[in-house]
Amino acid sequence: MYDFALQRPQSLNEAIEALSAEGAQALAGGQTLIPTLKNRLASPDVLVSIGGLSELQGVSETDGTVSIKAGTTHGVVAATVESYPALASLAGNIGDPAVRNRGTIGGSLANNDPSACYPAAALASNASITTNKRTISASDFFAGLFETTLDEGELITQVDFPVPDAANYQKFDQPASRFALVGVFVAKYGNDVRVAVTGASEDGVFRWSEAESALAGNFSSSAIDGLEVDSEGMIEDIHGSKSYRASLVKVMTKRAVAAC
Amino acid sequence: MATVTMTVNGKSVSGEVEGRTLLSDFVRNNLNLTGTHIGCDTSQCGACVVHVNSKAVKSCTMFALEAEGSSVTTIEGMANPDGSLGTVQQAFQDNHGLQCGFCTPGMVMSAAALLEENPNPTETEIREYLEGNICRCTGYHNIVKSIQAAAAAA
Repeated sequence: MYDFALQRPQSLNEAIEALSAEGAQALAGGQTLIPTLKNRLASPDVLVSIGGLSELQGVSETDGTVSIKAGTTHGVVAATVESYPALASLAGNIGDPAVRNRGTIGGSLANNDPSACYPAAALASNASITTNKRTISASDFFAGLFETTLDEGELITQVDFPVPDAANYQKFDQPASRFALVGVFVAKYGNDVRVAVTGASEDGVFRWSEAESALAGNFSSSAIDGLEVDSEGMIEDIHGSKSYRASLVKVMTKRAVAAC
Repeated sequence: MATVTMTVNGKSVSGEVEGRTLLSDFVRNNLNLTGTHIGCDTSQCGACVVHVNSKAVKSCTMFALEAEGSSVTTIEGMANPDGSLGTVQQAFQDNHGLQCGFCTPGMVMSAAALLEENPNPTETEIREYLEGNICRCTGYHNIVKSIQAAAAAA
């Protein structure tokens, strides 16, 4: 690993100030960032450790909203969120128990790995992502492979999920990495249905709008029987071809609707 | 270099580390606690699992400085105060829960964390909890049996 300075600010304000420096990068749980550094795929000059900041810890549930501070680990979300079971279940199936004890929701969203689980939940729920500067709707947050609309030095502080009437996440595990080979999150708010797909597209998480329209009129898995997913732009790798992933999107969507 | 201080297996320790020093390297190289194994060094295999503030973590995927002020338990801290094997360790010995032994420290630490959260896990729950621990001897059956025995003995 390249050498770097590791800073441990004692407050959120100190962290934000440290992150404004040239070449500074936030270190939350490190479950993606540390392997990335070992592979020399990133070489920041300064890492600002924010995982231990108490201001970034905790879950609260009020009036149909689940609010999660950005430094909350997947393990804590899985164990404490009660009013949004699909979200708790998603968190409880990320990685493995030791990874879930370190990895954070803010880190997962900011990294926007094309196969990560949380982006699907955030997009399907149209979560509000609050930073030290502003609040960004999930619809405006994800900007392609490992890209978001966060500015340099901008830090996610909290994520608010509106609790849907019904929701389910179906993940087809890539068994070695525990990432989603394809994952589909379906959330129903009244007559509005949102279907967010992770693991499939070269552009990262996306909404399957044809399925959303079909399900808005008829919320049953058979409603999407006639639809096909275009394999153009799907990820192709050793684990699955473009057409295999396109097929999985439909299969996992049907399973998610059936399980709602 | 910076000084890091933490409690390891009940004793306060400190050492000089770089920002990039991993917790796994700190316990092995600075503290000579070589029971914590480094298998893959990519957070896949789980041989390096230790407890930080009672939670199982992969010590190869955490910097030593991040453990400042924490309470860390390694495999060396699992024995009874008189030096005899702890409940989980004894169950692994009794049930042939190890073959080459390389993954065993991580398996024992994960098993202990599981039993702390869930004192009577089902076989399925045990297997799910061990998702992040790989045994290349493929001795999973006896590892699961050992953890069931440890749960029954506790």
